[in-house]
Amino acid sequence: MLQSIIEKAGIATVSISLLLEVTRRVEPPRVLSVDRPLGYPLGEAHNPELQRTIMLAALDLLPRPVSDTLIVPFNG
Amino acid sequence: MAQISDLPFKYRAFVRAYPYQRVNWRPGTQLAKPLSAARVALVTTAGFFLPSQTPFDQSFRHDDCSFREIPFETPIETLRIGQSSDAFDHSGIEADRNLAFPLDRLRELAGGGKVGEAAPRHYSIMGSIVAPARLISENGPEIARKLKADAVDAVLLVPV
Repeated sequence: MLQSIIEKAGIATVSISLLLEVTRRVEPPRVLSVDRPLGYPLGEAHNPELQRTIMLAALDLLPRPVSDTLIVPFNG
Repeated sequence: MAQISDLPFKYRAFVRAYPYQRVNWRPGTQLAKPLSAARVALVTTAGFFLPSQTPFDQSFRHDDCSFREIPFETPIETLRIGQSSDAFDHSGIEADRNLAFPLDRLRELAGGGKVGEAAPRHYSIMGSIVAPARLISENGPEIARKLKADAVDAVLLVPV
């Protein structure tokens, strides 16, 4: 919901989702879907490389134009 | 992929009955410059706060819609954790706040030129807010105004 407010204000947004069932109900603009347990959106504690990889995969969605919710799975 | 059915029973009912509100963001705002020239801010729902800030309301009501500004220079390990929800395993974010608020990673990406620069202010809210109306009507727009005032081009939101 906050994501949509920020996007509406004119700032490109992307979020990470661990729970797509919930994300689909909120319909935010851009989402990187990460297959990790709740509490672990960037993968693993003290694994900077994995955290950076997931973060960049999310940030790479920012230039994408959206008209409906864009959901891209993280493959890593 | 985590499923609603993985949650403890009380949260399953909560998530299914939650008053999800869709804010119409269309037509959307795409990043119009390269990421390597963009100013990026982070938002987390982990409820992190500075030791000098008022803690989030950890009562069972889960209706604290407030937010905390986290300056870019903040040493990540000094952040306190306000998110008390037992819907998820906290051990990861207790060991490494970057897992839900990757300030150190943002510094590295900016330092390495992948990201233009980090914004001066980043934001933390509580997840699992029972009544999100005030987030939508007041605090959300206030965060958006602050981001605009800081000339932020793009925001990464990380829920836990």
